[in-house]
Amino acid sequence: MESYEPDRLSPAQVAAVRRSLRNGRGAMTRRSLLRASTTGALALGGLGALSACGIPAAGKTEGGTAADDHSAKEKTVSFSNWTEYMDVDDSGKHHPTLDAFTKRTGVKVKYTEDINDNNEFFGKIKPQLAAGQDTGRDIIVLTDWLAARLIRLGWVQKLDPSNLPHAYANLSAQFRSPDWDPGRAYSYPWQGISTVIAYNKKALDGVEVKSVSDLLDNPKLKGRVGFLTEMRDSIGMMLLDMGKDPEKFTDDDYDAAIARLQKGVDSGQIRRFTGNDYTSDITSGDFAACIAWAGDVVQLKADSPDVDFVIPDSGYLTSSDNMLIPNKARHKTNAERLMDYYYEPEPAAELAAYINYVCPVDGVKDALAKIDEDAANNPLIIPDKAMQAKSHSFRSLSSKEETAYEAKFAKLTGA
Amino acid sequence: MATLTEAPPPLSPTAPAHKPPRRRGRWTPYWLLLPGLLWLCVFFALPMIYQASTSVQTGSLEEGYKVTWHLATYWDALSEYWPQFLRSVLYAAAATILCLVLGYPLAYLIAFRAGRWRNLIMILVIAPFFTSFLIRTLAWKTILADGGPVVGALNTLHVLDVTSWLGWTAGDRVLATPLAVVCGLTYNFLPFMILPLYTSLERIDGRLHEAAGDLYARPVTTFRKVTFPLSMPGVVSGTLLTFIPAAGDYVNAELLGSTDTRMIGNVIQTQFLRVLDYPTAAALSFILMAAILFMVTLYIRRSGTEDLV
Repeated sequence: MESYEPDRLSPAQVAAVRRSLRNGRGAMTRRSLLRASTTGALALGGLGALSACGIPAAGKTEGGTAADDHSAKEKTVSFSNWTEYMDVDDSGKHHPTLDAFTKRTGVKVKYTEDINDNNEFFGKIKPQLAAGQDTGRDIIVLTDWLAARLIRLGWVQKLDPSNLPHAYANLSAQFRSPDWDPGRAYSYPWQGISTVIAYNKKALDGVEVKSVSDLLDNPKLKGRVGFLTEMRDSIGMMLLDMGKDPEKFTDDDYDAAIARLQKGVDSGQIRRFTGNDYTSDITSGDFAACIAWAGDVVQLKADSPDVDFVIPDSGYLTSSDNMLIPNKARHKTNAERLMDYYYEPEPAAELAAYINYVCPVDGVKDALAKIDEDAANNPLIIPDKAMQAKSHSFRSLSSKEETAYEAKFAKLTGA
Repeated sequence: MATLTEAPPPLSPTAPAHKPPRRRGRWTPYWLLLPGLLWLCVFFALPMIYQASTSVQTGSLEEGYKVTWHLATYWDALSEYWPQFLRSVLYAAAATILCLVLGYPLAYLIAFRAGRWRNLIMILVIAPFFTSFLIRTLAWKTILADGGPVVGALNTLHVLDVTSWLGWTAGDRVLATPLAVVCGLTYNFLPFMILPLYTSLERIDGRLHEAAGDLYARPVTTFRKVTFPLSMPGVVSGTLLTFIPAAGDYVNAELLGSTDTRMIGNVIQTQFLRVLDYPTAAALSFILMAAILFMVTLYIRRSGTEDLV
């Protein structure tokens, strides 16, 4: 800056220019210095750094998937689960089934309920898994499609069947061979989830709701119908209603389902798409009816008798939340022992009696009847033959399909 | 260049010889700046660079992402999501104006009229912050519930007929409409308006009001010519503190809105977490930042104050 001083300027002018760098508006104050250096740094360093970063391809992480198994030395296992997905004793501080596991095996369980949303949790663990680092978790519980994605990306470890004898023997037929993990090489279900239609008797006021078509077509329900932001649940129920099979549908079927829902959005029939917060809408009666998860409805019913559910004749959707061991987990064997423990009838019954989701374990009925007779006879917890016949699952999607379908669904929900 | 046309003030010939007496402290300001600069670098500059990089990458989760300088992402994002951008600005502006209209009288009351109640009212203003943002927003679902007293009263008074006609509400409900989202935004950011307003009103010397009265100014004139101009720093910083977070907010639109009230924050969230289109999400974030920066600069220029509070 100082080197260029044109001859034409008089000495006084030169002095003025120099002074102006020290005083007045153009002065090199701390603020302007900061401003200049930040801009400079961003401009210079930025361009270089921009090209330098990038996200490596998945599955090509260095050093393999397994870490040294510290199970024998460190008698501990860390378990990340969804909120309110575990039995709690009356004091609210202890988890009886986990305590019993620790008592029997000496393995301490670090139990955290830090999963609230599949997408959010994926965003949280993605950087570590993509970089081939330990997430600090030995067991994570994720819904089918996300479990499928992690398996596809090679971010979870293959299970050792010799550590899982009960799980192998007792897993219900319904959950045995999903197309994304045939024979359960990587995952075991924690609980099953049924997607059904929930309604509020008071808000319906005599209107009959039996199918997804009723939700979309009955003008009396205008602006009081809810769908879920989980693409597979909303579209899956729509496909079933249209007579398609969510286990094998085509792109055209998908587009037709989107178009049918879009009509409901445009006409104002659908009030909004919700996550778990539909529970407050359906209890308050703002939703007269909505797509809902049966486990929630069983719990809601206990508090608000107006809320109930119906299973459409066209069928309902079943998915599951699955236990997985992420890459580089430090306590793989301990994790497998804990997984296996929950496939023994007694702990499984104790858990099912408390959380009211679909129990994926065969042979719990007797153990459950000892704790809670009603639960043992509830087809939402232990599905009978008639229920199982109506159950469908959503087929797994390739990475390309997933992106395209999610983008279409996002447009449907407003963004 | 203005300096060149002015007559230069006489230079003291001994100026270069005079050294400032305390050279020792020369680096102190920079040392003091260091923690802040490091903080900015690690938690602001680096994430920004990372995001900027993401916005010009292409690829997929399986194949990895590479910087390809694909700037078209910006254009695509803007042409696809401009309605949500526009909506965010409109909602944020509406919420900011509502906050100002509600907050100014309250801040005025606390500063000049509250007397011994001042601290209590201040606590009441801040009290909602003791509960989480999410809970406060969910509370509005109960307040505005379809069968609730508020909506009932508005229906009886035929207010909802008017707002429906204006397109702010739909039929006889308030929830899941633009009005509900703006209400939520207003409520959640109101304290950010009141606090700066209060600090700058409280600083006004009471004797100025007396002087204005002595010069035969009516209370309205006093307010217009004395109080309001002196509270401008508070108004500017209050509006900024309300508008900027409101424009990027997504919780209110998510919980109180519907498909046609989604704001740009919702789009970014969806693109980033659901669709996994990281470049578009990053580009949208940058466009939002640039838009806000542009509007704020214009606003500060126009309001002619750099003295925020």
